[in-house]
Amino acid sequence: MVIVLTGVTVVAGALLGYVNELTKEPIAQANAKALSDAIAVVVPGFDNNPAEAPETVEVGGAIYKIYKATKGGEFIGAAVESSTNGFGGALNVLVGFDKEGNIIDYSLLSHSETPGLGSKAADWFKKGSKGDITGMNPGTKALIVNKDGGQVDAITASTITSRAFLQAVNNAYAAYSGQNVDGISGATNQVTEAVSANCKDGHCDTANCNKVNCKNAECPDQNCKNKK
Amino acid sequence: MNNFKILMNGIVKENPTFVLLLGMCPTLGTTSSAINGMGMGLATLFVLICSNVVISSIKKLIPDMVRIPAFIVVIASFVTLLQMIMQAYVPALYATLGLFIPLIVVNCILLGRAEAFAAKNGPLPSFFDGLGMGLGFTIALTVLGGVREFLGTGKLFNIAIMPEQYGMLIFVLAPGAFIALGYLIAIVNKLKKA
Repeated sequence: MVIVLTGVTVVAGALLGYVNELTKEPIAQANAKALSDAIAVVVPGFDNNPAEAPETVEVGGAIYKIYKATKGGEFIGAAVESSTNGFGGALNVLVGFDKEGNIIDYSLLSHSETPGLGSKAADWFKKGSKGDITGMNPGTKALIVNKDGGQVDAITASTITSRAFLQAVNNAYAAYSGQNVDGISGATNQVTEAVSANCKDGHCDTANCNKVNCKNAECPDQNCKNKK
Repeated sequence: MNNFKILMNGIVKENPTFVLLLGMCPTLGTTSSAINGMGMGLATLFVLICSNVVISSIKKLIPDMVRIPAFIVVIASFVTLLQMIMQAYVPALYATLGLFIPLIVVNCILLGRAEAFAAKNGPLPSFFDGLGMGLGFTIALTVLGGVREFLGTGKLFNIAIMPEQYGMLIFVLAPGAFIALGYLIAIVNKLKKA
């Protein structure tokens, strides 16, 4: 009796061990792919592999992972993994920031919100939706739901989820700006460089002007002259 | 009883969800949409067939006193195998159903069929019993998921049929699962009597 049961468990254990060995590699690949796909959505246009070497940073006891995206060696933004307590459990968000700290896009990595209510957070805050947060900068003004006097439309009947989500985004920004003191100041330098690079005879060369930089830095003539 | 009869027995006469009322936990938990219900049903179908065949093949080797632990080990092994394989090769489906896959172990359909059928019959009839019960479970979960998804969000298999604001959200939530299941069982009972 004991021998039979032992035999059954030994066979089962051996089989599981074998399949585990077999699927270990594909599972790791699938997880890595899911992460790099999510990063590609939230900070598009990079040519390095941000998922490869995330930086971890601790803010207020919580751990954040920052995946830096570069293009041609130049820092273009980062995806920050942030987690808060939602309505039904942990809410994991990946938020993409450009180098000025504006939100590019986000992706809900995992959540346990109520289906049909809180689970709408997966799309609600995307571009073109009601609670659009893309382009906002939590550094200028922390994201708060309109119910609490903020600027973001909360998900209908899911204010708690909305609050938690925005909290996660704000925390992600705090980790991004706080840890990346270098990164951010580096980014600012890059902006100035970009502006000065656009200077031509003390004037703004609109032809060479990278639109995003121009808009943010406003590429004023004065700047150019000062630089000269 | 021939194999076809065994198959139909699982789908209609002894449908695990609507007639035997087995495995209510995954039934109520996973059927918030038709596709989730179907995924859970198919995962259970796979484990049910494998465990039924294996248990009926090794039943003579297992002493009566330890048969339940032995069956559970067999079932749990197949569930873990399924979980690892799904995670490796269909990560998208695993992301939706991942939480519920381990629940298959405690689904009483599996142990119920192992005890009531596989332990008394040969591998081939056991295969058909697993197939029939699994299909019955899959159909029931898909129908229940479809009803809840349609009434709750106005969609069916993620295709919008009516505008979302007409949806009654309660059907996507837990109470809706009980209400929808109750009415479906009543309808099945009525049809069976007629």
